[in-house]
Amino acid sequence: MNAKDIIKNGLIKENPTWVLILGMCPTLATTTSAINGLSMGLATTFVLLMSNIVISLLKSVIPDKVRIPAFIVIIASFVTVVEMVMKAYLPGLYDSLGLFISLIVVNCIVLGRAEAFASKNGVGHSALDGLFMGLGFTWALTLLGIVRELLGTGCFFGHSLIGGADGMLMMILPPGGFLALGFLMALINKLRRRNVKNS
Amino acid sequence: MLLSLTAIALVAAAILAALNSVTHEPIAAAQKAKVENAISAVLPAFAKLDDQTVDGKTCHVAYDEQGNMVGAAIEAGNDKGFGGHLQLMVGFDAEGVVTGYQILETHETPGLGAKADAWFQKDGKGSIIDRKPVEGDLTVKKDGGDVDAITGSTITSRAFLSIVNDAAKTFSNINR
Repeated sequence: MNAKDIIKNGLIKENPTWVLILGMCPTLATTTSAINGLSMGLATTFVLLMSNIVISLLKSVIPDKVRIPAFIVIIASFVTVVEMVMKAYLPGLYDSLGLFISLIVVNCIVLGRAEAFASKNGVGHSALDGLFMGLGFTWALTLLGIVRELLGTGCFFGHSLIGGADGMLMMILPPGGFLALGFLMALINKLRRRNVKNS
Repeated sequence: MLLSLTAIALVAAAILAALNSVTHEPIAAAQKAKVENAISAVLPAFAKLDDQTVDGKTCHVAYDEQGNMVGAAIEAGNDKGFGGHLQLMVGFDAEGVVTGYQILETHETPGLGAKADAWFQKDGKGSIIDRKPVEGDLTVKKDGGDVDAITGSTITSRAFLSIVNDAAKTFSNINR
């Protein structure tokens, strides 16, 4: 597997949200606004990148039988790092993402990449995989956040586009999350399939 | 097997402990700054603050240069919000008229209950500024009161007003 394939896999071909459909809980819960989606994506990207690097480095010393608890300890440590740093230096953002930061631990993408990629590949490729899987997750969450915020409140990254309009509140409530996710997933997979057919 | 997992856990614990000691102070400072900003946002100009605990609530009582009380900012909250706990800083002048409020902690729905941060302010649709809850509880129109509830968020509005009323009761008990 070369670097170009890894990048393509993370961003499009095996995109965690649109194709692998992993990590749906934070995806639906945090995308009430574009900035929340983006921040959640970037926090997850950091954890993915760091945990992939460390797990890839330690893969020969971690015995097979205890690999899952070992992975979880490593992942949880990086999540705690993100949480503490955010709480200390970005308290406003921490207030709006709150609980979901600690829930990155149980995001199946992170453990999934550790198990499926980092524990079998070298450091360089694992880092690349973590970074681009994370960015794939980030653009998916940001897009979902933009769509839901725009339809729900008429704002784009907090700036009102339609003066005075309230928007469709349902879009920023949980049902809107499912609707937006479903329609976007259908659209993106149609585009993706057409692309595959052409090439 | 046991050894390697223990080693990983120990290293992780050591790293987190080190980071905790680094971020401990900024976290405390950020929380303190949040409270201080809220106090100055809800109170009229003052020269000196004196913290009291009344009815289990933290009250920041404000005085002018001569030592006359000019108002108080009271930290109050309850769990009646739609998303759970709602914590406010409510400011009163010396007569108990509401001078301002800030939300310290909220879990209300974005786009609905979360609008409480602007809704009850002076320019908001359900302004409680310049009201005097010490003379009678503020309630939403649905409950026979005269405060406009946030559209679609009656539960949040009720929780919000009950906290303000609660803070007003505490205000009456402040030791001037």
